Amino acid sequence: MNLFDIIGPVMVGPSSSHTAGAVKIGFVSRRLMGCDIRRAEILFYGSFRTTGRGHGTNLAVVAGLLGMHPDDDRIPHSLEYAKRAGMEVEFGNVELKDAHPNSVLLRLTGVDGKKLSIVGESVGGSLINIAEIDGLSANFTGDNPTLIAHNDDEPGHVAAVTSMLAAEHINIATMQLYRKSRGGTAVMVIETDQEITKEGLAWLRHMPGINKITYYSVADLGDTPADRMRREDEAAREQNGEVREAEKRRS
Amino acid sequence: MSYSTLSSICEESESTGIPFWQLIERDDCRERQVSEDEVFETMRGMYHAMKAADRSYDPELRSASGMTGGEGAKIEAYRKSGHALLGDFLSEVIEKAVKMAESNACMHRIVAAPTAGSCGVIPAVLLAYEDFRGAEEDEIIKSLFVAAGIGEVLAETACIAGAQGGCQAEIGSAAAMAAGAVAFLEGGDNETVIHAAALAIKDLLGLTCDPVAGLVEVPCVKRNAAGAAVAMTAAELALAGVRSQIPPDEVVEAMDAVGSQIPACLRETAEGGLAVTPTAKRIQERLNQQSDME
Repeated sequence: MNLFDIIGPVMVGPSSSHTAGAVKIGFVSRRLMGCDIRRAEILFYGSFRTTGRGHGTNLAVVAGLLGMHPDDDRIPHSLEYAKRAGMEVEFGNVELKDAHPNSVLLRLTGVDGKKLSIVGESVGGSLINIAEIDGLSANFTGDNPTLIAHNDDEPGHVAAVTSMLAAEHINIATMQLYRKSRGGTAVMVIETDQEITKEGLAWLRHMPGINKITYYSVADLGDTPADRMRREDEAAREQNGEVREAEKRRS
Repeated sequence: MSYSTLSSICEESESTGIPFWQLIERDDCRERQVSEDEVFETMRGMYHAMKAADRSYDPELRSASGMTGGEGAKIEAYRKSGHALLGDFLSEVIEKAVKMAESNACMHRIVAAPTAGSCGVIPAVLLAYEDFRGAEEDEIIKSLFVAAGIGEVLAETACIAGAQGGCQAEIGSAAAMAAGAVAFLEGGDNETVIHAAALAIKDLLGLTCDPVAGLVEVPCVKRNAAGAAVAMTAAELALAGVRSQIPPDEVVEAMDAVGSQIPACLRETAEGGLAVTPTAKRIQERLNQQSDME
């Protein structure tokens, strides 16, 4: 365990798993989407469902989807921020099979119309696991760049993907392989130490037998609604301050 | 981290002449490949965040469940009335502990130390100490490394999560860390520091985690006050020369063993202890109805 996991992290309470972890699930999901979210259906399972309200899990997930971090003091008011950002939010419950007790299913629609369904789990401390994307197993933490490839279960695809990574001098941190059935669909989940280039991803997408490539980047994806609203608020405060100063001078 | 026992930190400090706190700081430098200055300043940032959280206490705040809020202000008022039996210092310690834990329950920003549920213990002790003794901030930062070293050994050898080892793992760990920090600040040597930690753990060994409705509120908020008071007691005993008859590392091992022997119903599952009292069940029922209505 890291020193600053013992004294730290700085976070909005009350619970590292039900609050901080839930913010992270939202945050990682927004990154996976790659753009702002227009509509989010947030469905709770297990302990998230039974004790989530008291732990602010609902507010936490929404905060993360807006691009807030677990130490953002706006988390308790995230629903108002969602309204302001034009993100539609709906809460509910869901039964999930073989899911971790702290799980949430997110059905997201991006501003570009893209749809994504994600099962996120808060697995202890504020550590999380993205368990499923669009109904298929994923299992990654969101701490590293991650490549998820869905391919036909036949020889050569792992070699193709790993040789592309080798050619780009990308080191593999962890790698998982599984399949639904022999000769059916197989999944590769590869966490890497470096980011994969657009060209590398495009090359994989054109490989016959590889049906879907999902890529999770930890690089700065630019402005989030949370960033924009913070700037707006700061500007408004400054202006108010200036107005008050001016009034003081006048009187 | 490189140390899984308290005695190994003391032995290395002895043989190299490097202080306990600095061994912990340098260990993090190696682990994350950063400079000593950077690690020290990161820790200062944690202390400043604790101070900010203490200042931001709002007596009007209530938690979503309605069970938590306003108690810290009552303790403050009582202390200021001049009736406090504990004396100014200890009375301020328990006040700050409750305030911080309330802020956590009410979704304010806090520093988990080692967990969010036990976030009141260490800042309560250190903030009150800084006021009371007029201590240099750099010394307080060093004491946080001492606390972190004790916490890392506990995390590695025993546990710091209530779901894993009961409340002794959360409030117990926080109290041990705070006790060691205060023993260091008062000029105690390494042996005094680790005995302060051991005495605190022994006082809280076996403490159950039985939160009402599964929320980090009852009994957690007030346990922060108790943990901080235990930390001060343990530090004072150790500084007076009192030693734990059981060596500190054996105490840590006992804590680990007890943690796994505590039944699951008393490890954050809300299926035993205070969580299944008639009143707790009524509260749980009311909260369930609220959730269903939404």
